[in-house]
Amino acid sequence: MTSVPVTSAARDTAAIRTENLCRHYRMGDTLIRAVDGVSIEIPRGEFVALLGSSGSGKSSVLNLIAGLDHPTSGTVVVQDRDLSKLSREELAKYRLRVVGMVFQSFNLIASMTLAENVELPLRFAEVERSRRDALAREALERVGLQARTHHRPTELSGGEQQRAALARALINRPQLLLADEPTGNLDSHTGTEIMDLVREFNEQLGMTVLMVTHERALAERYAQRLIFLADGKLVDDRANVPDALASAHEGRL
Amino acid sequence: MKLPDLTELALRNLRESLLRNSLTTVGISVGVASLVAMLSLGIGLQQLASRRLVKSGLFDTVIVTSRRELRGMGREEERNGPTPGESRVLDEPARQQIEHLPNVLEAYPDIRFVTELRYDEKPHLTTVSALPASAQSNDAFESMQGKFFSSDTAAEVILQKSFAEELLGKTPPLGAPDPDVADLAKPLLGKELLMRYAQRLTTPSRPTPLQPSDSPSGDSLSSMGYSVVSREQVLTIVGVSDLDPESMRGPTRAKVFLPLKLAQSLHVMQPTDLREISRAASDQPVYSSISVRVKNPAQVQTVEDAVKKMGFTTFSILDATRSLRQFFAVLDLFLGIFGSLALAVASIGIVNTLVMAILERRREIGIMKAIGASDGDVKRLFFAEAGAMGVLGGVVGVGLGWTIGRVINFGTNIYLQRQSLPAEHFWAVPWWLVGGAIIFAVVVSLVSGLYPAGRAARLDPVQALRYE
Repeated sequence: MTSVPVTSAARDTAAIRTENLCRHYRMGDTLIRAVDGVSIEIPRGEFVALLGSSGSGKSSVLNLIAGLDHPTSGTVVVQDRDLSKLSREELAKYRLRVVGMVFQSFNLIASMTLAENVELPLRFAEVERSRRDALAREALERVGLQARTHHRPTELSGGEQQRAALARALINRPQLLLADEPTGNLDSHTGTEIMDLVREFNEQLGMTVLMVTHERALAERYAQRLIFLADGKLVDDRANVPDALASAHEGRL
Repeated sequence: MKLPDLTELALRNLRESLLRNSLTTVGISVGVASLVAMLSLGIGLQQLASRRLVKSGLFDTVIVTSRRELRGMGREEERNGPTPGESRVLDEPARQQIEHLPNVLEAYPDIRFVTELRYDEKPHLTTVSALPASAQSNDAFESMQGKFFSSDTAAEVILQKSFAEELLGKTPPLGAPDPDVADLAKPLLGKELLMRYAQRLTTPSRPTPLQPSDSPSGDSLSSMGYSVVSREQVLTIVGVSDLDPESMRGPTRAKVFLPLKLAQSLHVMQPTDLREISRAASDQPVYSSISVRVKNPAQVQTVEDAVKKMGFTTFSILDATRSLRQFFAVLDLFLGIFGSLALAVASIGIVNTLVMAILERRREIGIMKAIGASDGDVKRLFFAEAGAMGVLGGVVGVGLGWTIGRVINFGTNIYLQRQSLPAEHFWAVPWWLVGGAIIFAVVVSLVSGLYPAGRAARLDPVQALRYE
């Protein structure tokens, strides 16, 4: 596996660090400041929720961290890599190996079975077929979909599709999970199931999780830290004791 | 992405929009089919023409004449080299030397003379020429009435159709249909002809002591001489040929043919004999021209060059076929262009299909990029799809073109048979055309895929994922 170049020799404890991050769009004559001077530092292994109303710029921040979009100004450093210094090819490799993504609309490819969807990143990573099959099976087992490997996404419920998407995000063993409204299209019960899985990845695999959501209750229940955005600006950044964790502690006490 | 994965994904994507991609592939097939059909027709016609010409014995024959014949005056090769007076005599040693040149099958003298033939007590004047045994395979004698000479020395004769008409007094008026050769042959086969000819009889040398040794012209040449005697030879008519085997010779072509060995043994007085009497150093026969048969028409040029180096003048139909080949090259070019036009139209179909696929698969491209596909991966995927359509279209197209050619050939042969003409194979699909057409289809498809693939690769993933 070829690795993405690491910019600073001194390893940083931060998984994600943005400095004065800006993303401005021009729409006709008006300039839209989707992200306007956001500086965040997220340590490795933290579970962070990015909160805000729609249009607050939270998804734009996520896309910039995912390397899908380029900032107008400012820097994004993820796991010691300055994304602005990576070529398009290197950014693709970064998305392939460092980042796992889940979306509100699941974004599975409709023409492929679950197993094929899950192993797709491995195809881009040029992993051997036999190893690919084993890894895909393992990932689907982890999210409890071992019986559904040959189904197409349209034959599954929303919760099952999101689980498959999680399996796909997991398959390349990324250090960073970026989730954009992962429960937005799910009922609250299924949403909880998905969030439990995300927390499991965070706790058991040590993945740093950055989740965009507008559901404050959900964020408070799972995230260790809440970052609030409004009109592209960071308005609040505070630590949070996840409810689930709290209730677990309560149960033990 | 590795090639097998790429191919698998491309084929899967093609299956997803089966109808549209099939129609596009059919478009390519039709393009390739028209290209193959057109070119195979051109190639087939060319092969047919070559085959006919080779069979006619014209293509592989070089006619060698001495420069002393003064025939080729003014031709490029005559301007340099020895003058006719100084050049070699085309005699038996020269013939043997030519026959031993590489790629030469045989070199036989052209024995050709105008003489009188009596049939049914009436005299007829015509040109007689001698044929080697190998002429049996010539087209003109393959389909003739009767049979070829029983041996190379037999006192037998084959007539050309027009002479047979003359013998029977059945020469049709201009514009009237020709009588059937079978009807002409029936009363003539097995009948006898009386040929009168002038024989050259070499006289023995006068004893040298009679010549003064200090005579200014006192060399051995002066002692040579011959007399001319009128002779008769009875010949049996064994065949009547419909075709004209000597069409290349123009006005000097013969209408009556004798076996070569027989003709040589007759020592018929040749027009050159009179001129060469002043020069021939021996009693070796001197020929006015020699026909050289070459193993393969492709080697005619080399043999011609070798003979020219020996100091003789040559003529071959190759000089004439050069323009024929040029004609076929132009014909193939035009047929190829027309065939390619259909493929060009098909390539627009590929562009359209793939651009449509980008619009349809915007989201899919966005997803692939989000999970780590590089621009190159996306580009190669679209490229592979274009290439796969090209390969499929090419293979199906070659099959289709082959079938079309077959059907045209079959249909034409039915027509030819109705016109009581022999069936012909005028259509050919050589292997290079099969391979070339498929490669051409793939190349055209890949070129057509360039723009869509580039566009897909440049697609902004954020934009592509934003909308449902």
